[in-house]
Amino acid sequence: MNPLAMVVKADEFEAPGPSNFDLPGFFDSGVTKPMVLLVLAAALVFAFFYLAIRRATIVPGRLQYAGESAYGMVRNSIARDIIGGHDFRKFVPYLVTLFFFVLVNNLFGSIPFLQFPTFARASMAYALAAMSWVLYNAVGIKRHGLVGYLKLQTVPSGVQAFMLPLLVPLEFFSNILVRPVTLALRLFANMFAGHILLLLFATGGLYLIQHVGGIGYAAGPVAWVLSIAIGFLEILVQFLQAYVFTLLNAMYLQGALADEH
Amino acid sequence: MKSMLIVAAAEHEENPLGFVWVEFVLALVVFGILLFLIGKFVTPRFEQTYHERTTAIEGGLAAAESKQAEADAKLAELEAQLADARHEAARIREEAREQGAQIVAEMREQAQSEASRIVEHGKAQIEAERQQAVTSLRAEVGGLATSLAGRIVGESLDDDARQSRVVERFLADLETGSGAGAN
Repeated sequence: MNPLAMVVKADEFEAPGPSNFDLPGFFDSGVTKPMVLLVLAAALVFAFFYLAIRRATIVPGRLQYAGESAYGMVRNSIARDIIGGHDFRKFVPYLVTLFFFVLVNNLFGSIPFLQFPTFARASMAYALAAMSWVLYNAVGIKRHGLVGYLKLQTVPSGVQAFMLPLLVPLEFFSNILVRPVTLALRLFANMFAGHILLLLFATGGLYLIQHVGGIGYAAGPVAWVLSIAIGFLEILVQFLQAYVFTLLNAMYLQGALADEH
Repeated sequence: MKSMLIVAAAEHEENPLGFVWVEFVLALVVFGILLFLIGKFVTPRFEQTYHERTTAIEGGLAAAESKQAEADAKLAELEAQLADARHEAARIREEAREQGAQIVAEMREQAQSEASRIVEHGKAQIEAERQQAVTSLRAEVGGLATSLAGRIVGESLDDDARQSRVVERFLADLETGSGAGAN
């Protein structure tokens, strides 16, 4: 929809779009809300874990138990179960940080007043995906050497030789080139779409009440009720995306470390 | 506000997938710092706590096991001691019984010998008294015989009747005399 047209006809419903994510900086400083939220999320994650384990005891208190449950979920059900017995320990800090950093940033989309999922800014999702790409490739090259690693990632075992010219570029494309893109876009698009959906229901409800009249008075509140339901759905999506992002990171690391394809 | 935003958006309609350097670098830096802090202050302590807990639980189990073994050993020892004590008691009882029997036998023997000694003594005494009686009797009988003989000789011994009278008198004398003298 042409935004100019919206300005001309201010009465017409203006659907939320990409422009809603392009927030101005505070006090013209260039420091935008997502940037502040990003730092806030990091501070919250660190504060939670630091306080939880600061006075660690064998028999945990409430906060320590919560911290251990959170930490243990990523450590055991993601890092240990996927990367496996002997290698997983050194990736636990990375995966724990990743999961909770992404989770808190996502949940900001559902927290009143903050209400912006940080990774709806694509560049921030690109950053995490780029880091993941560098990390798993570096780990793989360190383990197998450059040639060995490329062979591991691109040459599927148990395939007849004449198929290789077809499969090697395909595998290279999917394992080396596409992974960071899908990783970033999956996270970004989910957050972006969820936020737009919420905006649509919230502003749409308001528009129905303010400008439509008649049936609008009934339909507007319905939209708001639905926006609450979608809010809960969003919380689930936000959690799920953080989980999937971390899970895929662990799987890529595992793939890079694996001895056989 | 709304219209201002729209104007702003209209001025540069941004591609949502567009790349913003500031955000990219900021996300990397913030994540890097968080990763450093978590790796330095959080994960080592969690791992240490897990390790300590594992050690504590395993240590507790080991301690309980050793305590159990100790208790078992103690029980066996006590049972052995009890059996020993029972055995000892039986032995002592047996010994006491034997000793008792021995003492009784000794006592009986002693009593027997004492009794026989007393009997012996009595016999000896009786013999001695008898001997004494015989001796004194013999002396008395001699005297009596002499006096009887004197009386017989003193009277006329021609008459049988007289003779028998004399003898009867003598005997009567003897009886009365010996009645006093024998005792």
